[in-house]
Amino acid sequence: MAGLNLTARPIHELAAALAAGEFSATALVEGYLARVKEKDGEIRAFLKLDADRVLAEAARSDARRREGRPLSEFDGIPIGIKDCIVTAGESCSCASKILAPVCSPYDSTAVARLKEKGFIPFGRLNMDEFAMGSSCENSAFQKTANPHGTTRVPGGSSGGSAACVAASFAAAALGSDTGGSIRQPAAFCGVVGLKPTYGRVSRHGLVAFASSLDQIGPMTHDVLDAAILLDTIAGPDRMDSTCLPVAAGGFADAVRSGSGSLRGVRIGLPKEYFSGSGLSSGVEKVLRHSIEKVRALGAELVDVSLPHTRYAVAVYYIIATAEASANLARFDGIRYGARVEGRDLVDTYFRTRGAGFGAEVKRRILLGTYVLSSGYYDAYYLRAQKVRTLIRRDFEEAFRSCDVMLTPVTPTVAFKFGEKSDPLQMYLSDIFTIALNLSGNCGISVPAGQDGETGMPVGVQFMAPALDEARLLCVSNAFFLNR
Amino acid sequence: MEKTNIDIDYVATLARLEISDAEKEGLQRDLESIVDYINELSELDVSGVEPTAHAAALTNVWREDVPGEPFDRAPILANAPELMNGELIRVPQVLPGEGMN
Repeated sequence: MAGLNLTARPIHELAAALAAGEFSATALVEGYLARVKEKDGEIRAFLKLDADRVLAEAARSDARRREGRPLSEFDGIPIGIKDCIVTAGESCSCASKILAPVCSPYDSTAVARLKEKGFIPFGRLNMDEFAMGSSCENSAFQKTANPHGTTRVPGGSSGGSAACVAASFAAAALGSDTGGSIRQPAAFCGVVGLKPTYGRVSRHGLVAFASSLDQIGPMTHDVLDAAILLDTIAGPDRMDSTCLPVAAGGFADAVRSGSGSLRGVRIGLPKEYFSGSGLSSGVEKVLRHSIEKVRALGAELVDVSLPHTRYAVAVYYIIATAEASANLARFDGIRYGARVEGRDLVDTYFRTRGAGFGAEVKRRILLGTYVLSSGYYDAYYLRAQKVRTLIRRDFEEAFRSCDVMLTPVTPTVAFKFGEKSDPLQMYLSDIFTIALNLSGNCGISVPAGQDGETGMPVGVQFMAPALDEARLLCVSNAFFLNR
Repeated sequence: MEKTNIDIDYVATLARLEISDAEKEGLQRDLESIVDYINELSELDVSGVEPTAHAAALTNVWREDVPGEPFDRAPILANAPELMNGELIRVPQVLPGEGMN
């Protein structure tokens, strides 16, 4: 390919090159557009990418830089956006037919904050419909392929975002994580994926799936980039009353000033995530190697326990579907989106929703409706909320004896299209990621190696207590740079 | 615990969701197998445990009672499935009776 070599170039490198005048924002955007044009026919990460729009943004960025007043050192750097995080004037289908005709009238807080620093929102990335899925196969429009092996899924639900970063179609991307939807695709595609503490990043403009679990986060080439994007998007927001009233920032500085040593850091190994957890031998091998690596870097390894781990999938699929059944009630064909006219108002609801939602979304709406229905509420929803308390306490207890935990992200590497056709089997593959959402803590998936048999990427997960992203990022950066 | 039996038509009616006969059998089977799985929670003793509704402790958030910047009407109306006179969203008839077209 002619032009810039943009393969796996992190944000901080591009910022330095832009500052040094090595290339313009226009050349950078043209370089990414050329890559997308050449390769996205095979990868299918983008639902939409308006070339004229991003080139116009790049021209404005170049003008600001020429006048000596860039919005930040990152002015002009393109960031891919998952289709459930709205950008003003762009589509926001959530990979669903029911929202296909919709164009957002406003920016999500996360996108608005990217724009304030001059980052360019770059297209709309594929996902499982309404973020429900672990493979991107539930998109109503297209199946995204894993750039490391195109017969395999990129993971989900932020599979388009992970593939976008892995294929170097943009400098980084935003995803959202309700039960692992940032970390699992990051692991499958060999990129970094951060799920911040619940409430760190405003959910304003994130189309709601399960409001008590959803969180926006960065998907990047390296850990420093994740810190840079967290600095950009985190912090209190008057548009989201669940956004924590805690100042956020300084994450990139913390990562840059990290010593690279893990001396004095206590890393917990929760036994339930290792023995009898269905790990494939390739993933287990990388995990063992990673444990040796953090030990060699000076970390103290601590055995810990999260005893209610085996109930996390059941709790998650009650709470997440219950919240989803309420959140998705708003899609009724009345004020916006697709409408299928019926005999009367109620018949219009039925037909619009029947035609607009895909199979997995229907399954989850029905499950959520069932667990909330009269006579079942106590047995399912209320009981799940109580077990959620037990899971949260497990984490509090474990973090008394360690600073972060190290675990697998997924039991296997990226599977092939159509390999997991049973919904329950698909749900069970989320076992290592969902407890973190239920407990509200923060976690990150970091590339750790490759599966010997398939050559596919394997990630490891670091988990830290709520609001301890600075330590989480420093520890994972030390690991990442020495992996 | 005995085998789960879900009245899929009833649940779909609660959810205002049309499902075809072709979809029904598969959805019912999937739901029953998932509910069988989540029934494992019944083996835990949760007496005396407070429920967690939210990961972070929520408090009420106040702001000054002053108008904010409103959105432009045009891009919002442009998303409506059907308009009347270019500024009203046309909806299906709400109350039964003679039509008012």
